[in-house]
Amino acid sequence: MTQGIYRVEYNCLLTKDVWEMGLSGDTSAITAPGQFINIKLDGFFLRRPISVCDWDGEGITIIYRAAGKGTAALSDVEPGQDLDVLCGLGNGFDVSKCGQRTLVIGGGVGTPPMYGLAKALLKAGKTPSAILGFNRRDEIFYEDKFRALGIETTVATVDGSYGTKGFVTNALPERCDYFCACGPLPMLKAVCHAVGTSGLVSFEERMGCGFGACMGCSCKTKYGNKRICKDGPVLEKEEIIW
Amino acid sequence: MVNTKVTLSGIELDNPVIPASGTFGYGREFTAWYNINCLGTFSFKGTTKEPRFGNPTPRIAEAPGGMLNAVGLQNPGVERVIAEELPRLKEIFRKPVMANVSGFSVEDYAHTCALLDREEQVGWLEVNISCPNVHGGGMAFGSSPEAAAEVTRAVKAVTSKPVYMKLSPNVTDISAVAKACEDAGADGVSLINTLLAMRIDLKTRKPLLANGTGGLSGPAVFPVAVRMVYQVYEAVSIPVIGMGGVSSAEDVVEMMLAGASAVEVGAANLVNPCACRDIIRDLPRVMEKHGIKSLSEIIGGAHNG
Repeated sequence: MTQGIYRVEYNCLLTKDVWEMGLSGDTSAITAPGQFINIKLDGFFLRRPISVCDWDGEGITIIYRAAGKGTAALSDVEPGQDLDVLCGLGNGFDVSKCGQRTLVIGGGVGTPPMYGLAKALLKAGKTPSAILGFNRRDEIFYEDKFRALGIETTVATVDGSYGTKGFVTNALPERCDYFCACGPLPMLKAVCHAVGTSGLVSFEERMGCGFGACMGCSCKTKYGNKRICKDGPVLEKEEIIW
Repeated sequence: MVNTKVTLSGIELDNPVIPASGTFGYGREFTAWYNINCLGTFSFKGTTKEPRFGNPTPRIAEAPGGMLNAVGLQNPGVERVIAEELPRLKEIFRKPVMANVSGFSVEDYAHTCALLDREEQVGWLEVNISCPNVHGGGMAFGSSPEAAAEVTRAVKAVTSKPVYMKLSPNVTDISAVAKACEDAGADGVSLINTLLAMRIDLKTRKPLLANGTGGLSGPAVFPVAVRMVYQVYEAVSIPVIGMGGVSSAEDVVEMMLAGASAVEVGAANLVNPCACRDIIRDLPRVMEKHGIKSLSEIIGGAHNG
């Protein structure tokens, strides 16, 4: 975990309310895909936790939906501005636990961390495939980026306006040996029930600090109480109490 | 060279800066950010007789200039704190620590304090009779002078360590509660705990916190805390630990002028994990700017004349 000042390189719309931001700065604290950063914004007391979509030695890509006041303010940040960021928070996805044919499942704004995960799986010599779920055709983002990785990518839309009609669980392949998922809670629950293999699931919760101090985001698991920000956000399927 | 040392019930602190209970765990999380031995001391996570998970989530909400929490005293229980947390704490912190205790009955408080009394590294007991986020305990004991005095007497009977009663601002007359604690034998008082608060979600039309209400902390409550520390300083002759929205070295000085012998820092730790280190770093500069040679000399300085 590090605290640092990051320069906003770009901040642009992907869909009508989903934004992609590029930040340059120290990324040495990031140890796994699925970790998050916590951003201080003028006019807000608490930081805003946002998952890391992708990173390299120079900077971080994040994708967020302007859903509340905080993320709306984030969308107003201009390139060239500096942001105070806590980096490398949370456990992230443990790629070593993933199987050779891991299914990577993202729903809505749960999709971004799955992109970094897919890249990490490829780097580890695995052959992942992806299922991305959105409500409608005009909400889809990053399909092309997943395809550009050269992995099999299936898109499902709830209204059937693009790809498979229905939920990500309507687009499951016949075989996979592991899965990783991030998205809305009902999707995560449905995926855990529908996919017979072990897997890793990334959760969201309202946080105070983001680094394990305040106990604001605690949840009960079969392995004991856990803090989503510190012991998560990624939990094993087997430990989750639905 | 300025002197930042202060004394709390005979124990000298290198500086008056103390991370407040509930924002600092048992210290471990902050060792990733800085060497916590620079702190005066710290008040560890509110500990109860039995393990507690706390309230359902969401437990946290944003507020203008602050935040609401309704964690509800999540902690592993006093026995595991003694068996697991204190040995770890000893490895990362070499100074006496402040043990924060909460309970749901007078007997609870006495039981937990009696166990912590035997622990060498515990320098002070901070007895929380002001948690707004639990039912049938916590704040109920801090809401009346009689109940506060009863807890104070019960705790004092089982410990030889200095006892600081942590008071609630959610009362009509905090001075009366402080005085009752003093008369019952308290070695000091610490104040303020969080202010009872609520936020409502416009979409769901329901309270944002699963618990309904929560405790407001952060810079928004700082002037309320300064006022209450000022009033309590006039009402009692035991040391007052001031807290509530403190986020800078200037705030520490202001709180001490109001009457605080030491100052706790809470919500600021959650936004800037290095907040206390930064405040300690800034203190000498702020002291020099205001012509303060020794911090202990300014305690209650606003009451002169």
